[in-house]
Amino acid sequence: MNSIFLYDLTLGYDGHPAVHHLSGVFEPGSMTAVVGPNGSGKSTLLKGITGILRPLGGRIERGGLKISQIAYLPQQAEIDRSFPITVLDIVALGLWHRIGMFGGMRKGLWGQAGQALSSVGLDGFERRPISDLSAGQFQRVLFARLLLQDCPVILLDEPFTAIDARTTADLLGVVHRWHDEQRTIIAVLHNFDQVRSHFSKTLLIARESIGWGNTTEVLTPENLQLARQMSEAWDESAPACRRSVS
Amino acid sequence: MNHLADLFLSPFQEFIFMRHALVACLALALGCGPLGVILVLRRMSLVGDALSHAVLPGAALGFLVSGLSLYAMTLGGFAAGLAVALLAGAVTRLTTLREDASFAALYLISLASGVLIVSLRGSSIDLIHVLFGTILAVDDAALILVASITTATLLVLALIYRPLIVECFDPGFLRSVGGRGATMHFIFLVLVVLNLVAGFRALGTLMAVGMMMVPAISARFWAKQVWSTALVAVCIAMLAGYTGLLLSFHANLPSGPSIILTAGLCYVFSVVFGVHGSIYARHRKGEHLEG
Repeated sequence: MNSIFLYDLTLGYDGHPAVHHLSGVFEPGSMTAVVGPNGSGKSTLLKGITGILRPLGGRIERGGLKISQIAYLPQQAEIDRSFPITVLDIVALGLWHRIGMFGGMRKGLWGQAGQALSSVGLDGFERRPISDLSAGQFQRVLFARLLLQDCPVILLDEPFTAIDARTTADLLGVVHRWHDEQRTIIAVLHNFDQVRSHFSKTLLIARESIGWGNTTEVLTPENLQLARQMSEAWDESAPACRRSVS
Repeated sequence: MNHLADLFLSPFQEFIFMRHALVACLALALGCGPLGVILVLRRMSLVGDALSHAVLPGAALGFLVSGLSLYAMTLGGFAAGLAVALLAGAVTRLTTLREDASFAALYLISLASGVLIVSLRGSSIDLIHVLFGTILAVDDAALILVASITTATLLVLALIYRPLIVECFDPGFLRSVGGRGATMHFIFLVLVVLNLVAGFRALGTLMAVGMMMVPAISARFWAKQVWSTALVAVCIAMLAGYTGLLLSFHANLPSGPSIILTAGLCYVFSVVFGVHGSIYARHRKGEHLEG
């Protein structure tokens, strides 16, 4: 199994750090919640782990995992939901590792896509265009795609934001099933109750790590207070960071 | 009966240039339909327009060097269109300017230099030929060029269809599975430039993009999937090509504008009466369903 190590990792945009000197490890099979205020670098961290964003400093070691073995669910806003495509076509994209850019979809593969769809509770939605779906239904579709991707590492960016309680419960069930299958799960979340009852590990981040470890030890009132105090704005005239590797 | 045949068939039976023009239009429709649909879906409708203007200085340079030579003008136009597409992409990546803005700046520079080049040497008649096309100019060589470009376009589109479509609506996913979104985008732009160059002989640089965009935009009102929208777009483009040519023949009008105006009629009809999202479809009063 493969751990994901972060060594003194700095990620950001235009030279400004969004994640600053972060070190630590995501153990194989662990289930970690990433929490922190807006602008604290949670999504940036996930983009770094997927390889979409290159580090400004430090490095990420993925323990021999290929980029394509890390499944990534972006925030919903990043997908054009008015696009004319059917639900089953979206789900079938989860088979990319089997069919690639050019391979054909054999009959058995369509069957697998259909099964993934019914295991997230969307039987009979195969032919519907995605523009007809509610936010919750669309999130179920994306989870079905993740199911087919069958990756050892799964990154979820705010998977339950603007999703109702029943859908959240169903999808948390899927996440637990992945956990039982020894997959590594890293999820950006805002709901602390959810984190406390479902995620054993937590990374509390406010650009720098405030706490990383067992959820009960990380989500303390003192730590949360500390996270809130970190300023969100970039300092346009900030000098170059001279901090050495600790 | 004979009268109808006179109206709809005999121009093509009697005149070889009308047959050439018709075949060119049908071939263009095959390539331009799907390309236009994807441009619309990528919210790049106006980028097609910009690219069509960008073709002009290259075609004009070819004209300057070797007169109304098919190959020189085609090659020049392709090179100029490609240069603008590449430069716009580079400016977008290297600066904070957005793609539509860099396209706008570059195509205006390109268009101005094109008009300047034509005016240095040719007469205003030549300029009008380059801008609006001459249907008489579609000879055998031009026909073979158009057919080759259409064939290549359809083959390449079939090959890159999956990654290109995913790049349109979920580029993050494509990157996360290791697909080359930027490469697909670039290949797609090359196809767009190629088809604009193919079209400018018959329709002119200003009108060629109309064959790509107007049918594609109209087709959005009739179909709900990418492939079916592309199919509808191809049919509309073919219909516009045929009807536009007849109109231009009988009424003695320039062919490019006749074809695009016919497509424009299809657009107006689609906006009002289309099945999906048209004025009629949205304001129709009727029973609603039970669930």
